[in-house]
Amino acid sequence: MFTAFLIKYAEIGIKGRNRHLFEDALVHQIKYALKKCEGKFLIHKTQGRIHVDACSAFDFDEVVEHLQLVFGISGICPVVSVEDEGFEKLCDTVVDYIAKVYPEQNQTFKINARRARKDYPKDSMEINADIGEAVLNAYPQMRVDVHNPDILLNIEIREKIYMYSEIIPGPGGMPVGTGGKAMLLLSGGIDSPVAGYMIAKRGVKIDAVYFHAPPYTSDRAKQKVVDLARIVSKYTGPIYLHVINFTDIQLYIHEKCPHEELTIIMRRYMMRIAEHLAKENECLGLITGESIGQVASQTMHSLIATNEVCELPVYRPLIGFDKQEIVEVSEKIGTFETSILPYEDCCTIFVAKHPVTKPNVNVIRRHEHNLDEQIDALVKTALETDELIIVE
Amino acid sequence: MEVYLDNSATTKAFLEVAELVKKLMCEDYGNPSSLHRKGVQAENHLRYAKETFAKILKVSEKEIYFTSVGTESDNLALIGCALANRRKGMHLITTQIEHPAVLQTMKYLESLGFRVTYLPVDRSGCIRLEDLKNAMTAETILVSIMHTNNEVGSLQPIAEAGELIKRMNPSTLFHVDAVQGFGKAKIYPKKMHIDLLSASGHKIHGPKGVGLLYIQEKVKIQAINYGGGQQMNLRSGTENVPGIAGMAKAAELLYGSLDQDLEQLYRCKQHFIDGVRRIEGVQVNGLPDCKCVERTAPHVVSVSFAGVRSEVLLHALEEAGIYVSAGSACSAHKPQPSATLKAMGVDPKLLSSTIRFSFSVFTTMEELDYTLQVLYDKIPMLRKYTRRA
Repeated sequence: MFTAFLIKYAEIGIKGRNRHLFEDALVHQIKYALKKCEGKFLIHKTQGRIHVDACSAFDFDEVVEHLQLVFGISGICPVVSVEDEGFEKLCDTVVDYIAKVYPEQNQTFKINARRARKDYPKDSMEINADIGEAVLNAYPQMRVDVHNPDILLNIEIREKIYMYSEIIPGPGGMPVGTGGKAMLLLSGGIDSPVAGYMIAKRGVKIDAVYFHAPPYTSDRAKQKVVDLARIVSKYTGPIYLHVINFTDIQLYIHEKCPHEELTIIMRRYMMRIAEHLAKENECLGLITGESIGQVASQTMHSLIATNEVCELPVYRPLIGFDKQEIVEVSEKIGTFETSILPYEDCCTIFVAKHPVTKPNVNVIRRHEHNLDEQIDALVKTALETDELIIVE
Repeated sequence: MEVYLDNSATTKAFLEVAELVKKLMCEDYGNPSSLHRKGVQAENHLRYAKETFAKILKVSEKEIYFTSVGTESDNLALIGCALANRRKGMHLITTQIEHPAVLQTMKYLESLGFRVTYLPVDRSGCIRLEDLKNAMTAETILVSIMHTNNEVGSLQPIAEAGELIKRMNPSTLFHVDAVQGFGKAKIYPKKMHIDLLSASGHKIHGPKGVGLLYIQEKVKIQAINYGGGQQMNLRSGTENVPGIAGMAKAAELLYGSLDQDLEQLYRCKQHFIDGVRRIEGVQVNGLPDCKCVERTAPHVVSVSFAGVRSEVLLHALEEAGIYVSAGSACSAHKPQPSATLKAMGVDPKLLSSTIRFSFSVFTTMEELDYTLQVLYDKIPMLRKYTRRA
């Protein structure tokens, strides 16, 4: 029955002269999302709206499901479009529409007509009144309520006639690509995919880096990260995932630095490498899944120590979240099941029994000097052997 | 160099097997239940496979059934017999070191009200007949004991157990999970008082997706799946003819040269154990000093490397092209200490430091020497970088 969707967008509407940029990005993201759906679609902008017209048979549920992944969409309205075959025919169509969409007719309604084609024989008020009457005649149990109707039926008279009444909620946010790009530190855990999702929701395109430590972490652990990136990419579009071999750096730190500080120093090098990759790839910031106090390396003291090695801002969207709240989002976006697969990641292999929770930055810096002899060369090798995986 | 030492997980197929499977998929692809010539052709392959297994096991071909996998054979044997014989009693006996295909099925039967006794094992991973004797009651309807343990390669006293069971209660059924033993040992159900025996295709250089169940003619058993009534109504579903014929071909090849192969495998095993014992802090499981290798399975060596995490060693060996297993492959999905090693009383500290090397007829001395050399190189390095307390 439905042959098109009207896309409502929230925040974009208020952007002034940049508005067309946001709309173009949204059209682009919608095209990307619908590429995976059966059928052909025409996506176009008209008068402050985006229309998705189906040009062939399509699977309604599949399309809605994919549109619900596109940031920037606040609502998805399934639209029925008919040729103009006279007013009486239009009344019949509306009555028919109500029967199909609202099997339960004991509801209040309002007709909201818009006449874009001014040569139509009736004006909006007349259309509202006359169609309303037709509906009341057909369904005596329905009542009109112009202030707070259960059903708000929009009818637009253009070249064709469009009607819609349902608004399926979209994910909100802003179209990916309108907010620049950032580098996500992606581990195999629960938090980092959620962090990437949240920043992407604000229109930011995501690149990602994963630190691989063979033989301490397995190919399955790496595959798990690729799988997580793939799930996140449903929302963000293709993700460029950098896989950095971190083993030698990790072993070198293990050998030269106090064991309680291993994790902090390791994370400092991860941040440095991530920042290097970020700058090379025009990213404007780093994203981590840190949350205050979750583990030793995420206390405020530890965050000072890991934060100071970067010039770029580090975005930590989960910083005030409890674990349970993070889990809820990860379940919603579909990463949870994959995140909890039991493969060890490189942060946990050598972790000390009692890592420092309040590292002193000066002490950390001093101990890092133990690494002077070889660390630059090791970092350089790690960057040179960067493996790039394009995930989509 | 690529060295595959994970043959207890699965094996490389014999080329002859792969060719036969292809022929049966592309040429003789009929349904054995079809009345036309194509169907008869397929049925002939099926009959030939049954005859092959009947000859190897010295049983009647009427007693050979095919399933989709070893696990299904175990399920059908245990659930089918337990349900069909529950009026005689509700007691079952098995061991603590069975494969999950048996252990989890027993757990299911417990949920149906059956009582299960799990026999302990000694340091070498073998049950004691005394324990079996004490566990037997008048209500015991079924005993299930594995032939060869998949994690450490201990051999259970099957013939002695069979004799004991039948002497104490002739109506008690005896099931043997021989998924690891079939193809590496002579197993004669009639002489060993075995009523049901499970085997699997892909552990013997045959295809995956095919299992075998021997069921002694007089055993009372009921089907656990329903459908077209194939295989005497016991296991409905179109027979996997290519898989079955492939498995039969593999068994034929293995049993054709079993004696020489066993000799070579034991030589390899002894050589490897001698070599690995040269590394400090190493324990070969299931092989107390008093025991000679010939009293264990020819193809499995379980080694604990103190101070090295098995997963890390596994991946370090992988980098050198050597494929092994940490514990048993089937439980790698849920890393937890091996029940077999625990039951054998292995030091808890070594449970997560244990690697299983498993050989096949393709394994060469040269491959084992290479593996030993890699171990000599890697173990000290891995011990240097460990989680410090």
